[in-house]
Amino acid sequence: MDLFFQLLINGIIVGTLYGVVAMCFVLIYKSTQVVNFAQGEFLLIGAWICWTILVQFEVPFVFGFLITLAFMAALGIFIQMVVLRPMIGEPIISVIMVTIGLSIFMRAFSNWMFGQSAVGFPDVFGMNAVNIGGLRVEPAYLMSFVVSLFIMGGFFYFFKYSRYGLAMRATAFNQQVAQSLGISVKQVFAMAWAISAMVSALAGVVVGMVNGVSSALSFIGIKVFPAVILGGLDSIIGAVVGGLIVGVLENMAEYVDGQFLYWGNMLTIAPFWVLIIILVVKPYGLFGTKDIERV
Amino acid sequence: MAPAAPSTVSSPTPRSATAEPILSVNNIEVVYDDVILVLRGVSLDVPEGEVVTLLGPNGAGKTTTLKAISGLLRTENGAVTRGEIRFMGENIANMSPEQIVRKGIFQVMEGRRIVEDMTVVENLRLGAFTRRDGGSAIKRDLEMVLDYFPRLRERTGLAGYLSGGEQQMLAIGRAMMARPKLILLDEPSMGLAPLLVKEVFTIIRTLNRELGMTTLLVEQNAKMALGAASYGYIMESGKVVMDGTQSDLLGNEDVKEFYLGGGGEHRKSFKNLKSYKRRKRWL
Ligand SMILES: Nc1ncnc2c1ncn2[C@@H]1O[C@H](COP(=O)(O)OP(=O)(O)O)[C@@H](O)[C@H]1O
Ligand SMILES: [Mg+2]
Repeated sequence: MDLFFQLLINGIIVGTLYGVVAMCFVLIYKSTQVVNFAQGEFLLIGAWICWTILVQFEVPFVFGFLITLAFMAALGIFIQMVVLRPMIGEPIISVIMVTIGLSIFMRAFSNWMFGQSAVGFPDVFGMNAVNIGGLRVEPAYLMSFVVSLFIMGGFFYFFKYSRYGLAMRATAFNQQVAQSLGISVKQVFAMAWAISAMVSALAGVVVGMVNGVSSALSFIGIKVFPAVILGGLDSIIGAVVGGLIVGVLENMAEYVDGQFLYWGNMLTIAPFWVLIIILVVKPYGLFGTKDIERV
Repeated sequence: MAPAAPSTVSSPTPRSATAEPILSVNNIEVVYDDVILVLRGVSLDVPEGEVVTLLGPNGAGKTTTLKAISGLLRTENGAVTRGEIRFMGENIANMSPEQIVRKGIFQVMEGRRIVEDMTVVENLRLGAFTRRDGGSAIKRDLEMVLDYFPRLRERTGLAGYLSGGEQQMLAIGRAMMARPKLILLDEPSMGLAPLLVKEVFTIIRTLNRELGMTTLLVEQNAKMALGAASYGYIMESGKVVMDGTQSDLLGNEDVKEFYLGGGGEHRKSFKNLKSYKRRKRWL
């Protein structure tokens, strides 16, 4: 039973992280209508940049981290302006091909720049595992969980109360309406990519601290698809719930498999099974919007 | 049937004849998609502190005129290809809508276009997006707007579930939140029940009287619009065919026949419009 709870906790912790990356994906989809297949690569690039600054250049953590964020914001804006802005008005499939191309390029680039083998982050926290209700939880995991919750809170506040958060929602609702309110749609697009890239990099750094930095980081991008489709492509809350479901499901599948089935590989496949089932029952995902209809 | 002059006509403060209007559209030509010529030389003036109305049948080019002023034309691949639009002395033709909102012109688009998946308050705060005068001033205005529209205060759900009339009030309230110097209203009465139409026009008059809100009002409902406006223009097929003060237009036989005819009569006269125009050329 201990194993069960251990895996459940792992699932929740990993799930919140998936949720964070899924929110980044939804942020771009909702405000710019681009399905970003390069989301996972933002984690990869972000983690490598941060690692390089911290380890190669021996910059203190806080500064190194801030430099990473600034770099990722610039990268996000650059990609939006140079790669995607010319694609406005092109068929959705062309835009998808561009982001797939982007993901291949970014992955290849980071393999070439940084190599493929996993490297560890310097131990920033240097604590022993903490004991929660008889279960060992690595501080890095705990940190990951806390950071994820913090980011979710940040997103909530941003979209509910900040001027630019409201502007992004208005743009997602209708670009012409947003423009009639004096909102610059170009600015909103650039901002969506910048935030998405920064927060993804943050997630990448967190995962890097837990598991080491390696090309495997970009696989989180693949986990995020079942999460966002489960939640409904355009729902931020759906992204969080979808991420949690995928995280918990993976770990539960592993538990069932390890204890009873011995099929192997359940961890990776289970989320996709559930995805298919949910899509059959709820084609818009759990939280996806159908248009409001007044009676 | 002669239309009864509305009883509650706002009396604009007298202005000197030489005062320059806050908005002056001079002989503009508008083209969509580089080829579709829609406005062929439209001119109109809006003096500060007054309500001016732009009337005309469907497809005359009223919405296009408003979008040329607000800059929204470019979101539909349209452009002003001739003439100029002077706002407080500056030519704003073909500027971006963001720039124009910042200069103080706010368009309330046809069909209200509120953000349906936001609350009333969020919609109102969005109206203040371009303002730089701080949170407390915006909060104060939010309260003021909700005082003008008490019904909105009670609505805490998503704006998409409001009734048509409430959505129109929200759209007007959202415009007020921007503290514009000029507000462009596109068919605020469209699709509303008669009682609500009356309410909306009462609000337009009240806002003009109490806040001095300068308004360019586009309408198909000429009777109501002329009740609120001090001056009117009538457009047909991309041209202004007639203009005059409230009393000029209300007293004009042609206007009476084609725009003020009541109920069923309205439709009939509408159908005759084409032949009528051949018979008598305006301008
Ligand atoms: N985005 C557009 N592209 C091309 N033609 C348009 C566009 N919008 C309006 N038009 C045309 O311009 C003319 C005037 O339309 P509009 O300004 O909407 O008139 P109104 O508001 O007076 O009903 C119509 O013939 C309409 O078909
Ligand atoms: Mg119109």
